Amino acid sequence: MDDIAGWFRWLHGASGIKLTIFYDSYDRARFLQGFLTTLRLSAFCLILSVVLGALAAWLQGSRIAGVRRSVTGFVALFRNTPPLVQLYFFYFALGPLLPKVGGMPLLGSFGWAVVSLTLLETAFAAEIFRAGIEAVPKAMVEAASSLGFSRWQIYRQVVLPLAVRVSMPAMTNNLVNLVKTTTLAYAIAVPELVYMSAQIWSEQVNVPEMMVVLLLSYVGIVGVINHAMQWLEARLAVPGFGQ
Amino acid sequence: MSVRAIAAKLDVLPRPRGVLARPRAGDRSSGGGLFAARTGAALLAVFVASVVLAQVQAAPAKAGVAELLVKWTPLLAQGFLFNLLISALAMALGTAAGALLGSARLSLHPPIRGASWLLTQFFRNAPWLVLLFFVMFLLPFEFTVGRVTVPFPDWIKATLGLALPIMANVAEIVRGAVQSIPTAQWEAARSLAFSRRQTLWQIILPQCIKRMLPPWMNWYAILTMATTLASIVGVSEVMTITGRITNAEGRTDLLIPIYSYVLLWFFLYCYPISVWTRRLEARYAER
Repeated sequence: MDDIAGWFRWLHGASGIKLTIFYDSYDRARFLQGFLTTLRLSAFCLILSVVLGALAAWLQGSRIAGVRRSVTGFVALFRNTPPLVQLYFFYFALGPLLPKVGGMPLLGSFGWAVVSLTLLETAFAAEIFRAGIEAVPKAMVEAASSLGFSRWQIYRQVVLPLAVRVSMPAMTNNLVNLVKTTTLAYAIAVPELVYMSAQIWSEQVNVPEMMVVLLLSYVGIVGVINHAMQWLEARLAVPGFGQ
Repeated sequence: MSVRAIAAKLDVLPRPRGVLARPRAGDRSSGGGLFAARTGAALLAVFVASVVLAQVQAAPAKAGVAELLVKWTPLLAQGFLFNLLISALAMALGTAAGALLGSARLSLHPPIRGASWLLTQFFRNAPWLVLLFFVMFLLPFEFTVGRVTVPFPDWIKATLGLALPIMANVAEIVRGAVQSIPTAQWEAARSLAFSRRQTLWQIILPQCIKRMLPPWMNWYAILTMATTLASIVGVSEVMTITGRITNAEGRTDLLIPIYSYVLLWFFLYCYPISVWTRRLEARYAER
């Protein structure tokens, strides 16, 4: 550890490349905190949006026209308006309306970022799941129905497991997009990776170095996600379904 | 009973259909069903309701929210047009560069292919905001060519920054479209003594235009929505102006109406594009 810090300190002296996050413990802690916040934000939004997306996709197959329409409207709305404006709408317009608990706002910037990004990703996930559900053959549903499965059971035990598998490649893209979209939280001062890096580069005046670190961090996160999803896809593969 | 068991019993599991097997070009594909035009109405309803509510709540001495919105509409419109200008320029730049990058990915020389692959992957996987910061901070604010100093304003830098991810994604669209043309056509062209360039320009690309159009339009809509990012790096587009207006008025009851107003504008611009994209996709898929 000390060797690495020493090397980067030497690098700064020798070439002027200033990577303080490797030898300055304060900067390192800030950077790691930003990294963790990005991961936490992504994880929260991912889990919530997958659950809500599956629910929305199920509601889109509802027998009540009003339910179907409102889900479609929700999806169209969130997909055709800028995510940044959505975030501002939630944080600046809806935020002040929320009651305060003990002098503190009920939802901070992190909370609003989770809400806003979750709704955005839910709209995308719903669309992906819907396509996945449509790809499940009708005969399967009819077969399950003839075996006495209820509507919910069919969805839970037959349609959803297959739809999830069909949706995997599209979900991977969506997940990558989610991680990239968390950078927007910078705009409402959530201490995530970009925000922390911006603080570091404005104090240390090492913009180019931090930019490269930042880009590599995101490319790294995205790479890990791609590999993990490929592994999961292979793991969940059902013989006779897909290639 | 598990899926596996049902699958084994029924043996009716076909391969998933094309909907999802599409390449990544469709990342943020177009909006919900065609009949969701009602959504616009819903958004409009939220907007109108918030205006009316704020209007009613406003003290009689102060100007109503509706009046304020009317008052600021020309300025907002100016900002919005600026967004559209940035999106058009970035799209033009991104498409030109992307076409080059996409052709490089089809090159017969492995080094060119490899380098263009790397560039494409990098710019597709890096967050837009980070790319924007990259361009904003690392490009000079003016150039000196000989004795002439050419200023290089923020908004042009932002346009360049937004063009980068578009470039990579257009490259991917071009590559995908060219590869979707059956190899037999290349062979047929070759047997008719077409050179590689002639084959590409006269036979392959004309067929690709049709396949490239829907994803390309889709990216245009995404880009238009992404132009709001320019406000974070200090370009005076619609979001910056909205922020300034709310600061100048200092009225909390204006917040919901004005933000839904801006949302509505973007929706009215982007939703028709996404509907049109869907229609084109459906029409081309039939053939």
